[in-house]
Amino acid sequence: MKIVVPVKRVIDYNVKVRVKADHSGVDVSNVKMSMNPFDEIAVEEAVRIKEAGNADEVIVVSCGVASCQETLRSALALGADRAIIVETDVELQPLAVAKLLAAICHKEKPQLVICGKQAIDDDANQTGQMLAALMGWGQATCASKITLNENVATVTREIDGGLETLEFPLPAVISADLRLNAPRYATLPNIMKAKKKPLETINPGALGVDVAPRLRTLKFSEPPKRGAGIKVADVAQLIDKLKHEAKVL
Amino acid sequence: MAILVIAEHNNVSLHASTLNTVSAASRIASLTSSEIHVLVGGAACRAVAEAAARIAGVAKVKLADLPHLGDMTAESHAALIVAEVTNGTTAYSHILSPATSHGKNTLPRVAALLDVAQISEIIAVEDVDTFVRPFYAGNVLVTVKSSDVTKVITVRTTGFDAAISEGGTAVIEDTSATPDAKQPRLISRELSKSTRPELGAAKVIVSGGRGLGNGENFQSVLGPLADKLGAALGATRAAVDAGFVPNDYQVGQTGKIVAPQLYIAVGISGAFQHLAGMKDSKVIVAINKDPDAPIFQIADYGLVADLFTAVPEFTAAL
Ligand SMILES: Cc1cc2nc3c(=O)[nH]c(=O)nc-3n(C[C@H](O)[C@H](O)[C@H](O)COP(=O)(O)OP(=O)(O)OC[C@H]3O[C@@H](n4cnc5c(N)ncnc54)[C@H](O)[C@@H]3O)c2cc1C
Ligand SMILES: Nc1ncnc2c1ncn2[C@@H]1O[C@H](COP(=O)(O)O)[C@@H](O)[C@H]1O
Repeated sequence: MKIVVPVKRVIDYNVKVRVKADHSGVDVSNVKMSMNPFDEIAVEEAVRIKEAGNADEVIVVSCGVASCQETLRSALALGADRAIIVETDVELQPLAVAKLLAAICHKEKPQLVICGKQAIDDDANQTGQMLAALMGWGQATCASKITLNENVATVTREIDGGLETLEFPLPAVISADLRLNAPRYATLPNIMKAKKKPLETINPGALGVDVAPRLRTLKFSEPPKRGAGIKVADVAQLIDKLKHEAKVL
Repeated sequence: MAILVIAEHNNVSLHASTLNTVSAASRIASLTSSEIHVLVGGAACRAVAEAAARIAGVAKVKLADLPHLGDMTAESHAALIVAEVTNGTTAYSHILSPATSHGKNTLPRVAALLDVAQISEIIAVEDVDTFVRPFYAGNVLVTVKSSDVTKVITVRTTGFDAAISEGGTAVIEDTSATPDAKQPRLISRELSKSTRPELGAAKVIVSGGRGLGNGENFQSVLGPLADKLGAALGATRAAVDAGFVPNDYQVGQTGKIVAPQLYIAVGISGAFQHLAGMKDSKVIVAINKDPDAPIFQIADYGLVADLFTAVPEFTAAL
């Protein structure tokens, strides 16, 4: 069985993003880029499934600019077997990414796609569901536990009120939530080995996918700043302020 | 053309997030003079349709009462919505769902099947085709304009007031849509049982972080305060990961987005992933022993103190 894991290159989660002065975008100059944290969890899960003998190959795919190769190399260092970059300078929106991934799925015929639940840049939480729809497959988003048995997946999902467990036949798409696993760190020998693993470059045209954006961003802005209030001396003053100033008690 | 709002419910009662979504729909409707319809899909859920029909501003409720819709899977509900939109008698310009687990799970599937973009978690309507939504954990707001014929949108409930839940007299119509029944099997659903209000609906939230130390402290220190205030309990990712409380307590970028009248952050450092979920609260109180904790930069009232003495004192004084 093959597992495909889509990985997105995003601004590192520790960076506080700023909007450019002319509102045309966010400032990405000299900003640290990393693999989307949820995608690291997805790669880790796929590698664990392979290590447990339930998969033969883990293929990581990234869509975007040429430097996504770095992200793919990190995924290879975590234990993925080979990588595909769908290279384009066009701004990719979730529907376009889902179509590119669907084209890859038609080619590679994986039994399972594990993606991240959301990219921490666009916070869209869409791509996995869209891919599942395009393939006519079942889906389980926000997974916190995955069990595979032959061609059946049992997945526990984090939902608003708690947890639910679904069972469905493969192929399917599963998206990883934070508590699915704790990803390993890449060791130096594995980082070296990753450099020699195969990495294929494809362009969207070769996959027959139109990636033109459907949404036009008119403006980037910063939300209204919330200023710091005051420090109170003790509990008595806190209660007094909440009662008489804020009037919320 | 009309606007279709997807009702959030559990087959028994209509969820309040539907009301905020109707409000967002009303904003659009006021620009286009179109009708608002609410789609209720579920099993033995007529009471939900009746509640939806009473929402002010709703013209029609479409009811799909079918056994296989009862488990609320994305597959069956996306098929229902697509069938309703493509084969139904009404042409819909917008499909709106609250950004709940169910909405976020289902609407991207609908959008892909209709070959249109999906716009996630809007917080404002600028025009019929132009919406504001957060990026980067709410550190950036983007204004996006859609070129698609059908706009498929999830609505962040904290961005819109609730529509009035009584007084409407919409007609209830059984839909003729025949959605696909192929779907995963629901094995179990474990919902946290609590007598406290739901996070999304609470006027007051008491939220705890890693500073609480363990699950027992979390309940014994914060529980009595929450009870006195009639508050919901929330938590940081760190507190959930450490097993203090279940996952559905998590507030933040990748948890719940809340905006109560009063948010009391206890033993929480204030990482921006956490702030993303609560910074629109009306009044924020922070109790932390570290005077430099970033949470103080957004708190209206900060108390630098050990939570294990300050919180019981606070509770006792109420
Ligand atoms: C992809 C991603 C998504 C994330 N999503 C979320 C999210 O949705 N929600 C979220 O919350 N986090 C999220 N995080 C995690 C976030 O970055 C922080 O790690 C987390 O919010 C920290 O939680 P905390 O404040 O409880 O813990 P800490 O940062 O460890 O802070 C604990 C605080 O408690 C104080 N304290 C300790 N003891 C006491 C005492 N006795 N009295 C008073 N104060 C005390 C300390 O001074 C400290 O400030 C996410 C991270 C990533 C990478
Ligand atoms: N450009 C991309 N390349 C590869 N995978 C992506 C890309 N964009 C999104 N994904 C995958 O889809 C998931 C959800 O992204 P989103 O729908 O943008 O929140 C991510 O966690 C990735 O697994």
